[in-house]
Amino acid sequence: MPDPQVLSLAPAPAPTGAGVVASGPTGKRRRYSILTGQDRLVLVVIVGIPVFLDVGLIWGPTLASILFSFTNWQGYGGITAKNIVGLQNYTFLFTQYTLFWPALIHNLMWLAFFVFIASPIGIFFAVLLDREIRGSRFYQNIFYFPVVLSLAVVGIIWELQYAPDGFIDSALGLTKQTNAIDWLGNPSLNIWAVLVAASWRHVGYIMVLYLAGLKSVDPTLREAAAIDGASDVQTFFRVIFPVMAPINVVIVVVTVIESLRAFDLAYIINQGTNGLELLSILITNNSISEASLVGRGSAIAVILLVISLVPITLYLTRVMRSTGE
Amino acid sequence: MTASVIAATPKKRRIRKGRVALHAFLITMSAIWLWPLIWAFITALRPLSDTIKNGSWSWPTSISLNNFINGFQQANLGYYYLNTLIVVVPAVLIVLLIASLVAFALTRVRSRINLFLLLMFTAGNLLPPQVIIVPVYYIFNALPLPTSIADNGRLYDQYIGIILIHVVFQMGFCIFVLSNYMRTLPKELKEAALVDGASLLRTFRSIILPLCAPALAALGTLEFTFIYNDFFWALLLMKTGSKRPITSALNNLQGQFFTDQNVLAAVALMVAVPTIIVYIALQRHFIRGLTLGSTKG
Repeated sequence: MPDPQVLSLAPAPAPTGAGVVASGPTGKRRRYSILTGQDRLVLVVIVGIPVFLDVGLIWGPTLASILFSFTNWQGYGGITAKNIVGLQNYTFLFTQYTLFWPALIHNLMWLAFFVFIASPIGIFFAVLLDREIRGSRFYQNIFYFPVVLSLAVVGIIWELQYAPDGFIDSALGLTKQTNAIDWLGNPSLNIWAVLVAASWRHVGYIMVLYLAGLKSVDPTLREAAAIDGASDVQTFFRVIFPVMAPINVVIVVVTVIESLRAFDLAYIINQGTNGLELLSILITNNSISEASLVGRGSAIAVILLVISLVPITLYLTRVMRSTGE
Repeated sequence: MTASVIAATPKKRRIRKGRVALHAFLITMSAIWLWPLIWAFITALRPLSDTIKNGSWSWPTSISLNNFINGFQQANLGYYYLNTLIVVVPAVLIVLLIASLVAFALTRVRSRINLFLLLMFTAGNLLPPQVIIVPVYYIFNALPLPTSIADNGRLYDQYIGIILIHVVFQMGFCIFVLSNYMRTLPKELKEAALVDGASLLRTFRSIILPLCAPALAALGTLEFTFIYNDFFWALLLMKTGSKRPITSALNNLQGQFFTDQNVLAAVALMVAVPTIIVYIALQRHFIRGLTLGSTKG
């Protein structure tokens, strides 16, 4: 005799097979219930292969980076108990590795520059161009143009601006013979020069994202604010910005992730040396090079991972909230 | 009536003044934004001898396409475009196929599993690639492959490896976008297929896939640009310089034209050409792709 509880929860007997998708004991409307056995197999294969790849080449390596960071493995032979060195790689980074702190500081500068300068400019452009002004489309096209270029191309384009006989020095009347400023060669200047070049591309990206968000704002909100006599600035900060909260999260996440990923631009300019050190570049320079210091590079990767978990968690919380609706 | 008309006039004038200031600002900013590109173009059009003789801040004495022609030949650009083609086309097609299948399948599984997998894929795409590069590098070197697939028996230094890492890394983003998109499709359509007794794959092929065409066009454009513009993966996972796709090849080409910035400018601009074509021809799809990921639906 069947258990009455199970009976009450069981879907109506379907000859073709059990429902994989019954929404459970809460008794909500069941979605798709008629899946044949073959369909279920197909489902497992379709989802299974990508899950396997995702685990094998993304989450597995993430875990491996964490494990490597506690070893002194040099890339060949097996890893034995002898290779385990505890926190040695980390203490080395913090106390002796002279490139670590500069790299971390450069990443934080990148982050601050994007958060406080580039992204606000992108938002500002979006707000200006969201109104009905003539040529709005034209301006948008110009600001977003650099977004389609690769950072390697962006790097070369800006090298022509910053070279000692390039545009900027020439325009300032400085010549190679006398007092030219070596924007990319001077280790205390070059990070700023690179940040300007990176922002050239980042601003357009943020503008496009923000414009899409602004388009979805209910126009009556703006009308109501205008009737109440609010100025444009007031309307933006008191009315528009708060209702844009979901897009604001995306902007923050994109901005932070982009600054942590920074690699290409510094690499194409000088391989990330002499004032352009970044955590991302130190990882590859240590671990994928003749030195093969897998442990040390992995410890830096773990630090990068920990920092990037902040925006990732923020984003996932938002996804969960919007999917749960 | 009259009072309101009178009141409106000075306000209108103020608005007009504001408009002029706004356009002045936007035109200035546009000029600044375009300038680095224009400068690169001017540099590429004049010979190095001209720049050396008169300085770069001078009116060009002669203009020609010679730097473009010489750069194309000396850098063997045609060859590198082909390398890129070998990577980009399969990568984009495979990632779109896998992502649309997964997104579709996820609409059919229990919502808790659905959410968990969605979070896993999405988070994977958000990680900085440098966090996983070291283990990926060793996996690519250690994993044995039949020589019929890879001539060195490994994923490292092979097109198949580069395609694979692009597919896996971009998959998360595409699944996320497509699953959001599929959620906005009318339920009745999917249910109608079920009533007809169509199998899972037939429902996907004849109902879901056609409905997703706009999202697939947008994602395809975006992914083409992303993968075309990739510098990092091919730099580290493709050792042979001559096998690298064009964007990563720029790293070596830059060294090759170290002494001739004018030819380098021409080469960089030519490398950008396919993305510029995308920008001009498929702009709407590109922007839709970018925004599909950030806004719902």
